[in-house]
This record gives sequence, structure tokens and C-alpha cells, in this order.
Amino acid sequence: MPKNNHNSMNKYLIFVLSLLVWGCGQKGQQRLPILGEREPVTKEVDGKTVTDTLYQTIPTFSFINQDSTIVTDKDFDNSIYVADFFFTSCPSICPVMSKNLLKVLNKYQGNEEVKILSHSIDTKYDTPWVLKRYANKLGVKGNQWQFVHGTQRDIYGIADKYMVYAKEDAQAPGGFEHQGWLILVDKEKRIRGAYDGTDDNQVAQLMQDMDILLGEYKGGHEK
Amino acid sequence: MALIASVMNACQGEQEIKKAQFFTNGKSLFATKCANCHGSEGEGLGNLYPPLTDTTFLYTMRKELPCIVKYGLHEELTIENRKFDTEMPANPTLTDQEIAYILTYVGNSFGNDLGFVSTEEVAVHLKNCAATN
Repeated sequence: MPKNNHNSMNKYLIFVLSLLVWGCGQKGQQRLPILGEREPVTKEVDGKTVTDTLYQTIPTFSFINQDSTIVTDKDFDNSIYVADFFFTSCPSICPVMSKNLLKVLNKYQGNEEVKILSHSIDTKYDTPWVLKRYANKLGVKGNQWQFVHGTQRDIYGIADKYMVYAKEDAQAPGGFEHQGWLILVDKEKRIRGAYDGTDDNQVAQLMQDMDILLGEYKGGHEK
Repeated sequence: MALIASVMNACQGEQEIKKAQFFTNGKSLFATKCANCHGSEGEGLGNLYPPLTDTTFLYTMRKELPCIVKYGLHEELTIENRKFDTEMPANPTLTDQEIAYILTYVGNSFGNDLGFVSTEEVAVHLKNCAATN
């Protein structure tokens, strides 16, 4: 189970759960909630004052993947994607998360609208070469699942933006303390779901929600 | 004769009970210590982590198993005709008894038939490998 020693994450979880409960009551709508912070923006359109909502989004990023190629947010512009934080020598929750992400990959293999982005939090040891070996051994084929390496500052900085807690900690198994969330991001870089990557039921829910999210882009609906 | 037979039966019954206890304790230890990598059904994960379903391997490596569990593994293995070279971490905090629990569980699950692995057996094998670790 992910270690949950982050208070804000607890509050966030309650928020997510309440949204999920709310979502259950909205049968037939088939839209996912938009998570994270939001702020109203007031602007003038045709002489009228309208208030729009500005949602939290994943900022731009640039990392190096398992093929030593640069991967940026642009590579995810036309896809929904699942993001997580792991490290290859992780003895605790990561193998289960990887196994579950493999299920996601197998379900959406060949679908260019779906990607997976795994960030290594062991920025010293997990070089692109190590990530490549891991991906190969896991049996990952194609380029839908990107394993990325970056500086500690960039990786831990973006973990914050995905609302995932990660920290180097000599006391934790393998040397890192982190949460096992799988974060679902839409094509507009907004967070649409957070799932415990070690829980089979939540991973099944993730895949259901991915179908719903993909459905939102079908038939020319508004974003 | 009848007396000896009944005494032996009693012993066997006792061992069966012990085996069942070890198996049950091993099951919960396996879930927290082993299943993350080796899978809850011992199925392993790709070519990263080997499955625990190779009955012949377990049988021939019986004496090494306590050492692998306790001290980890740092060399390549061939299991079910596949090579595995991911390093297995050590579990230095496990006691001899806990290792016996785990091995009794793994050794008698997933199609394996290793029989009862006692704490005494684990202690003997660990002594032999402690010299090399």
C-alpha cells in the first residue's frame, strides 16, 4: 500500500472520493470530474462579463526516455495518459504498479490516443539504459509507454504537479518514499483521476474511466 | 507393533498440523514480503522477477532456499528455461522460523510439493550459507 503521510494528500483523497460518489449519481453523463485546484477568471466578451474556470494543468516538461530520446509534454498533446512515479530497484509497491500498468498497456496496445508515462524517482541509478532494460524485461513493446529520467529537481517538482508524494528517504525500502498513484491526465493536461496502482479494483476503475475519457473526445464534443 | 504404528501416526498427525500452521503463517508473510515481485500466485513478472512455480528448481535448490530468502540473490538464474538476473534484495530481519513459514507456504503452493520445511532445517542450511555471505 502506498505510504500516505501527506496531509494535503489525505484531504485531496477525500475530495476525490466525494467527487467519485457524486459521479456515481450522474448516470448517463459519462464524464469524468476535473481534479486539482481551480480559479475563476472573469473576462469581458461582447461587452458582457463572463466567468470562466481555470483548471490546474500539468506544466511543460522535458525528460529523457529509455531510448535516450528527449520526451516533452508535446509528445502527449494528442493523447490521454497515465502517469506514475517509481524506480527500477524498488522492492515494495512498484512491481505491482508496473504489473498493473502492463494490463493498461495491453488493453490499449496500438491506440495512439493512450500513453503511459513512468517517472523514475531514483535519478542517480535509473539511467536511460537501466530504464530500457527494465522495460524490456517487463515485456513492454512499442513507444506508448515512456520511462523517463530527469534531474531530481525536475522529477520531484513535477511529482508535486501530479499531486503525488515522492521523497528520497534512507529509511524507506529501497531508499525512496513515494505513493503508488496512477494519475489519469486528459489531452488538455488536466488531472481527471487518481487510482491506487496496487489495488486491482482501482486499476479496473482506471481502465473504465479511460474509456469514458476517450469517449469525451468522440463526436466533436467540447473539451 | 500396533503401539509403534499408532505412535508414528500420532507423529505424522502432529507434523501435518505443524505444516498447516506454517503454511498459514507463511501465506501472510508471503503477501507482505514476496508477492510484490513474485506475484500473489507466484507467477513472477515478465523477465524481471522469476516465477515460483518451477517445482524441480525448488526441489534441487532446497538447501539454498533459506539463504536466498535471507541474503538475497546476486547472480543469474535459469528458471523454466528463462534467464533472470534482477538482483533479489536480502531480508535480514526474517527469523529462521519466519523463513520456514514462507518456504512451507511456497513449497506447497503454486503446484509445488516440497513438504514441510521446519525451523530446524532452515537453521542448519542458514549456518552453511552464513559462511559464504
